[in-house]
Amino acid sequence: MSKQINIALIGNPNTGKTSVFNALTGLNQKVGNYPGITVEKKEGICKLPRGVKAHIIDLPGTYSLNASSLDENVVIELLLNKNDKDFPDVAVVVSDVENLKRNLLLFTQIKDLEIPTILVINMADRMKYKGISLDIEHLEQELKTKIAVISTRKNEGIESLKQLISNYKELSTTPCLNASEIDKEYFDKLRKAFPNQLLYKLWLVITQDVNFGKMDRNEVEAIASFKTKSKSDLKRLQQKETIKRYQFINNTLKKGQTIDASQAKDLRTKFDRILTHKVWGYVIFFFILLTIFQAIYDWSTVPMDFIDGLFANLSDWVKNALPEGAFTNLLAEGIISGLGGIVIFIPQIAFLFLFISILEESGYMSRVVFLMDRIMRRFGLSGKSIVPLISGTACAIPAIMATRNIESWKERLITILVTPFTTCSARLPVYLIIIALVIPEGRFLGLSYQALTLMLLYLLGFGAAVVSAYILNKVLKIKSKTFFVVEMPNYKLPLFKNVAITVLEKTKSFVFGAGKIILAISIILWFLASYGPGEQFNNAENIVTTEYASQNLNEEELGQKIASHKLEHSFIGIAGHAIEPVIRPLGYDWKIGIAIVSSFAAREVFVGTLATIYSVGNDDEDTIKNRMAGEVNPILGGPLFNFASGISLLLFYAFAMQCMSTLAVVKKETNTWKWPTLQLIIMTAIAYISALIAYQFLK
Amino acid sequence: MNHTLDTLKRGERAIIIDVSSHLIPLKLLEMGCLPGNSVELVQVAPFADPLYLNINGSHLAIRKETAIHIIIEKEV
Repeated sequence: MSKQINIALIGNPNTGKTSVFNALTGLNQKVGNYPGITVEKKEGICKLPRGVKAHIIDLPGTYSLNASSLDENVVIELLLNKNDKDFPDVAVVVSDVENLKRNLLLFTQIKDLEIPTILVINMADRMKYKGISLDIEHLEQELKTKIAVISTRKNEGIESLKQLISNYKELSTTPCLNASEIDKEYFDKLRKAFPNQLLYKLWLVITQDVNFGKMDRNEVEAIASFKTKSKSDLKRLQQKETIKRYQFINNTLKKGQTIDASQAKDLRTKFDRILTHKVWGYVIFFFILLTIFQAIYDWSTVPMDFIDGLFANLSDWVKNALPEGAFTNLLAEGIISGLGGIVIFIPQIAFLFLFISILEESGYMSRVVFLMDRIMRRFGLSGKSIVPLISGTACAIPAIMATRNIESWKERLITILVTPFTTCSARLPVYLIIIALVIPEGRFLGLSYQALTLMLLYLLGFGAAVVSAYILNKVLKIKSKTFFVVEMPNYKLPLFKNVAITVLEKTKSFVFGAGKIILAISIILWFLASYGPGEQFNNAENIVTTEYASQNLNEEELGQKIASHKLEHSFIGIAGHAIEPVIRPLGYDWKIGIAIVSSFAAREVFVGTLATIYSVGNDDEDTIKNRMAGEVNPILGGPLFNFASGISLLLFYAFAMQCMSTLAVVKKETNTWKWPTLQLIIMTAIAYISALIAYQFLK
Repeated sequence: MNHTLDTLKRGERAIIIDVSSHLIPLKLLEMGCLPGNSVELVQVAPFADPLYLNINGSHLAIRKETAIHIIIEKEV
């Protein structure tokens, strides 16, 4: 068997690197994490000519090897560590034909590490519109590499790229820049001290603050002793290095690239004029958000009703098809009901990820960053906080990771702390079912009341985030330099394949991630609800029969009385009653209490929990929603889920910090338990108080 | 006559003369904000900040507080 070759895909953000990855691997890819850190690791397998297999890593996008974030560290850590099992046999640098000059900076740096490097010039379909022509032969000669001109949009050039990769052994490893040109005296000293090491590599070890893994420790320490120069001196040298590299690139492109500006058709300016307009920019942004909510609410009801019915039927079918007994009950009432509670939200979650990935892919998100920076700064946030706050509507975990490109630590910390207020997709199941129960149907200006309520809840979450950011900005005494650099990429029609893969991947990981927790909790809850201690539970039939002996109940009514008596005296009933005094002022009964407690693991557990509890006590109703609508308030009578308790629940879920994974990520990103602990306490307090006020006013 | 970058008007072009490198993030330099390169102000955000620039063919946005550390010579 031939050896599998390792390929690293490297490139600036917005060069279509992920499209190249998708084109090479298709669906043969998996997303994981780098060990110990929360940076996403994308790997895939690609078949090359002559039966060779290649293992491809899609490294995080970076502008240079001078890393300024955790994601960028990953790139340099891999490229400096020859012992890493993923160390590339060949590096594929993806560039965008419109930004070739800037993209080549990273290319020259990687070339200088003497790794065989192929240059991919992507988006070749845009050359005509931009009046760009390239002399590939000249560029290959100057850059001492092979070049693949491709268009992932038109699916052109992928085969020739594969061909180049399989011939990687023929690539030259001559560097582009002689490192000692940066500062001859200093680099000569370095060379004398470490004659066997690559100069540029030494230089990176000195200037970059990263973990060098398996590199010999003594060696690293010895190199570190060369940090004799002050930080500002080093930075001056880095600037000099950058200038040298651009000189080389400019000389190369002078002959290799011609741009006929008169040929250029400039859509960017036209779009920018409208989308970043001081009035229309905000109006358009608002309408985009409105469309998203309408889609999530209205368009997804059809598939959701279908799934709800499907699971109800499945549960019935299992009960009829399998012999009666504890296992059948566990399957039908515990597992299927619990899983139904999560599967039903796939349509909405998919819609949400669909819109977010379109906004990112099209280049519109950067315009929103630009538009919002000044306003966000007033609240101690950065324009870049918009991305976490919007993607927080999908899930707070990737959103908190997305704060890494915020340059100022204070702005970043505040963004991390307030992001969990935004309405994540795990809240969606809770909101949807409560809204369906307590908000009347009907339309206002073509938008349903229920959709408007949902929009209000999103605005509430966003408002809570912004207000707490304002307070944190006043309270936190952190001094940090503020930098703000954001690339404004060209507008692009999103590639269907990229969007589809993103939606598929994210939805899958949401469903499986949440599914595991929900399955486990459903089973535990079912046991706790189906068994109980003492006479009241074990002897429920006799007790209830005697109690109602005079009332002449028919068999069905008696059966229900027995079931609910059992539930009340089961383990879960006892636990629920114990916490009831705390939640009664909010309008909840002990069953909702159980659901709230179990959703501190993850919010979406709420619906599954109620589904499990209610199906244990009630066999008649089919769907979760109907079961909940049938619940009666044990003290006041009337439906348990009425307007007052519904609003109270919505507010509780809007504010409470009920997600262990988010707390874990905040701990990882801030490196202390202080911030997640504060988040948990303060958010839950706000949730309790606002739910209390709402219920007491509305009841 | 030399100015700082924040004085550029929309649509105006200039050449970068000098950058106070200790006050400017390395990332900005790497994106092409270096002496000798051209710069054009493409768009100004509402409330006059940040600035949307075309530096040496790269389109990017920076805040005014960074722009004041970049010295330019306006094209006539």
